[in-house]
Amino acid sequence: MRECEIVVVGGGPAGLTAAREAGVHGAEVLVLDRNDRAGGQLVKQTHRFFGSRAQRAGVRGIDIADVLLESALDCQRVDISLNSDVMGFYPDGAVAYEKEGTWNKIHPKCLIVTTGAAEKFIAFPGCDLPGVYGAGAVQTLMNVHGVRPGKKVLMVGAGNIGLIVSYQLMQAGVDVLAIIEALPEVGGYTVHASKVRRMGVPILTGHTVTCAHGEDHVQGATVVQLDESWNPIEGTESDVECDAICLAVGLSPLIDLLWQAGCSMGFVPELGGYVPMCDENMRTSAPGVYVAGDARGIEEASAAMMEGSLAGLGSAHALDYVSEEDYSRRHAEISSELQTLRSGPTARHILDGFGKLQQVSPRTQRLTEGSEDTC
Amino acid sequence: MLKKDGIPAEEDVAIITPSDERRAAGPVAWVECFEKIPCDPCHDACPAGAIAEFSDINDLPSVEHDECTGCGLCVSACPGLAIFVIDETYSEEKALIRLPHEFSPVPEPGDEVPLLNRAGEEVGTGEVDRVQKPAAFDRTAVVWVIIPQELVRDVRAIGKVGGRP
Repeated sequence: MRECEIVVVGGGPAGLTAAREAGVHGAEVLVLDRNDRAGGQLVKQTHRFFGSRAQRAGVRGIDIADVLLESALDCQRVDISLNSDVMGFYPDGAVAYEKEGTWNKIHPKCLIVTTGAAEKFIAFPGCDLPGVYGAGAVQTLMNVHGVRPGKKVLMVGAGNIGLIVSYQLMQAGVDVLAIIEALPEVGGYTVHASKVRRMGVPILTGHTVTCAHGEDHVQGATVVQLDESWNPIEGTESDVECDAICLAVGLSPLIDLLWQAGCSMGFVPELGGYVPMCDENMRTSAPGVYVAGDARGIEEASAAMMEGSLAGLGSAHALDYVSEEDYSRRHAEISSELQTLRSGPTARHILDGFGKLQQVSPRTQRLTEGSEDTC
Repeated sequence: MLKKDGIPAEEDVAIITPSDERRAAGPVAWVECFEKIPCDPCHDACPAGAIAEFSDINDLPSVEHDECTGCGLCVSACPGLAIFVIDETYSEEKALIRLPHEFSPVPEPGDEVPLLNRAGEEVGTGEVDRVQKPAAFDRTAVVWVIIPQELVRDVRAIGKVGGRP
């Protein structure tokens, strides 16, 4: 079986940064990404990023994807394999992936899981009609393939994704009828809310969708106001005419590989669901298995990049590529940047989530009984 | 209210509004940033040192309006599209607002455009004076619009030439 020092699963912001950090110290890294282009969700983000200059603030996500890929591939021993869908992580430490119809196995010394997240959906009558999309699908259609998802869209969810995708829909010439949000307040950054609002899109907090109308595709939806206990307020139902409903109602970490690896996991709503326990090097409880980015808890791309650096550094250090002195210096540097990023009010729930993760009793779920030594 | 519907309250805007004296002295930046998020490119963008260095990246920008030259480099640099430069000395009846614009088609000088307030309501008509879209602005155009003096506190966006956005 092919051997490799470090395999990174997922070439998004966390994965590419992990590859760069480990590669810069001399480690051999193979990034496996199931898409035909690296960058993960960055390739759909046309807006300028926040953060500081060191974190490429002011640069559009789509451009950050290229920069990260280049800087990873600048390292002599870093390689990326696209169209490579990782299917499993076995007790003997093998990573199996499908690439262009072939089944491949590779045996890494360290595995870095940067698989990101999957979209959550909400159920309502008609939610299976064509025309009901996840926000990620809408972004893929528009920003990757240049296809508009509809002419008149109802956006469900006023977190950053709902707000940003609404803005992108408007830029693509699509009419966004309204952004509805069940919570009493906008969840995303208010600058995003203000920039769609001043272009005429109503933001209705305390509202949800109760059903989609249409025979064989979406032709409308019923929207209702919610009271403080999330119950629909009678008499507030209104029908809107639309040909698409876009759901931006949250993300869950993609953690299947971590379950397979036998990692200790805890359920923390603040972090999006089940997430792995990990140490300050992003090392999980499974030997040689690291995690970074949304798979470790739903956050945003700047934090994912810093976590990626920590995982890359930690694994390169574990493989003896980094001196103790360099390791301590660099670790302190990244950790302090990450701490600063998370020190504001918009990241409080993340820190609360990490706190809770320490408290919950961990779960592990081995799909296959086997040797404890995974790698 | 900002967190309910995306529209900043009058009290919020009052805090960031430059003084009457400063506004009467020429173009000045209105930095409509009301929420502590980790973001500081406005400081780097300001060549006049009017936006202080952030001791904590989550702080709100600290703007010294008297140092602001109204150059407008912060307008396209703000990732939140939250900065506007307004010149109330343009003429007796008219003021000139510079605002970030990321919709196509980008209007041309001389175009008549609907003026939108923070709620997206059409409050009047303006005339495009100038459009800046150098490569350094990275696809965020800065549109200069001549607006009625009395709408200085209201206008924060433009609609499509000849109609709604």
